Amino acid sequence: MPTKHLLRIEDLHHSFENEEVLKGISLALDKGETKVIVGPSGTGKSTILNNIIRLVPPTKGKIYLEDTEITSAKNINEIRQQIGFVFQDFGLFNHLTAKGNVMIGLTKVKKMNKKEAEELALFELERVGLENYADSYPSQLSGGQKQRVGIARALAMQPKLILFDEPTSALDPELTGEVLKVMRNLAEEGMTMLVVTHEMGFARSVADELIFMEGGNIVEQGDPEKLFTNPDHKRTKEFLFQLTDLYGEGEN
Amino acid sequence: MLDIFLEFYPLFLRGLGVTVFVTIISCFSGTILGTFLALGKIYGNKFVSAVVRIFISIIRGTPLLVQLFIIYYGLPAYGIRLTPITAAVISFIINSGAYQAEYLRGSIQSISGSQLKAAQSIGMSKWQGIRYIILPQALRRVIPAWTNEFIYMIKYSSLAYVIGARELMTEGKLIASRNYQFFNVYFIVALIYLVVIILFVSLFNRIEKKVTIP
Repeated sequence: MPTKHLLRIEDLHHSFENEEVLKGISLALDKGETKVIVGPSGTGKSTILNNIIRLVPPTKGKIYLEDTEITSAKNINEIRQQIGFVFQDFGLFNHLTAKGNVMIGLTKVKKMNKKEAEELALFELERVGLENYADSYPSQLSGGQKQRVGIARALAMQPKLILFDEPTSALDPELTGEVLKVMRNLAEEGMTMLVVTHEMGFARSVADELIFMEGGNIVEQGDPEKLFTNPDHKRTKEFLFQLTDLYGEGEN
Repeated sequence: MLDIFLEFYPLFLRGLGVTVFVTIISCFSGTILGTFLALGKIYGNKFVSAVVRIFISIIRGTPLLVQLFIIYYGLPAYGIRLTPITAAVISFIINSGAYQAEYLRGSIQSISGSQLKAAQSIGMSKWQGIRYIILPQALRRVIPAWTNEFIYMIKYSSLAYVIGARELMTEGKLIASRNYQFFNVYFIVALIYLVVIILFVSLFNRIEKKVTIP
């Protein structure tokens, strides 16, 4: 089925055991767009991202990457190469340096030669401001630096889009800013991004569209300014106002 | 005592050479076997992991000496005749492989599951993730247990004397039966084991330090 969207999710359902955590999610992402999903914990936000690259296969529904239906595609490893994923707990390979982390997908998955891979890895590390940490191991990096390596690793694969699964939730507030700054730059450079986060300042200022989810459903989606100032649903207002009250409007 | 050593040192050293050769081959091959067993047990389907489990429990549940006798004295009944050293090496590989499989299983399972998820997220197959991400970390973690296994194996390899493989213990026995200096000869044998083990342990500790992930 042809589509102009880069990513399209249709009626996605997911159940863990007997509990349905996603109850029919549909959304689409165009090239260069940044969409941010917010909502209470346990609403299934992260499950959507995991469903997309089938780290957790969806129970029901269809997901298209451009024209390819990827929920049942056999070549899932090739599809995963095209979709970057940034983990809440960073997911860095502990036995490899920052550079090694970025390179390994290039050499082992993309079969790039070592020299080219190294050049690209250094370029991506520079892009996230870590050119001086190329030879550091994950345990020698701060949380914010680790997450930026995670982003560089995703970027190096030159994906069509990147999924961010609560990228700053494991960071203390001081380190959150440096990661959000990198993400903001990526959005401005035209990277397509789907972000699950609790960072309301980021959601408000960077998202092209804000998606508010609760209880496995999308309650409301649209222009972030509208959702923050004049949402259609009472729950959206309660949730966003409550968080804005707690954390303020800015991201820093 | 020194005079005995000086008189017979070519025999002692030849025996030591066989001991070290048998131990190194058995231990390293045991690591390869153990790795496949551990992977089969953890990542294999029901059938594979059941076969591995049964294999490991048989090997760990029977004496090494019995295994050695089955291979050396039992197999000829089925037309398989092995030299003492070959029989010893084969039974040591199988035995060590079963033990090392369990060390490795623990070590692999101590690596966070998110490492494999992260590997798959960049497009690696499960096997690539295991090969390039899980194993390099797990093998590092298993070095202390592996060193222990190696020490055991140097000493257990002396069991090969009962089937006549001419390792260090056999040579000692032959020398002692010639000069009747049982205390002195076996004391020298013990000393050689001790020195060799200390040297290997310090070598493996150095390797462990060198490959430690910061």
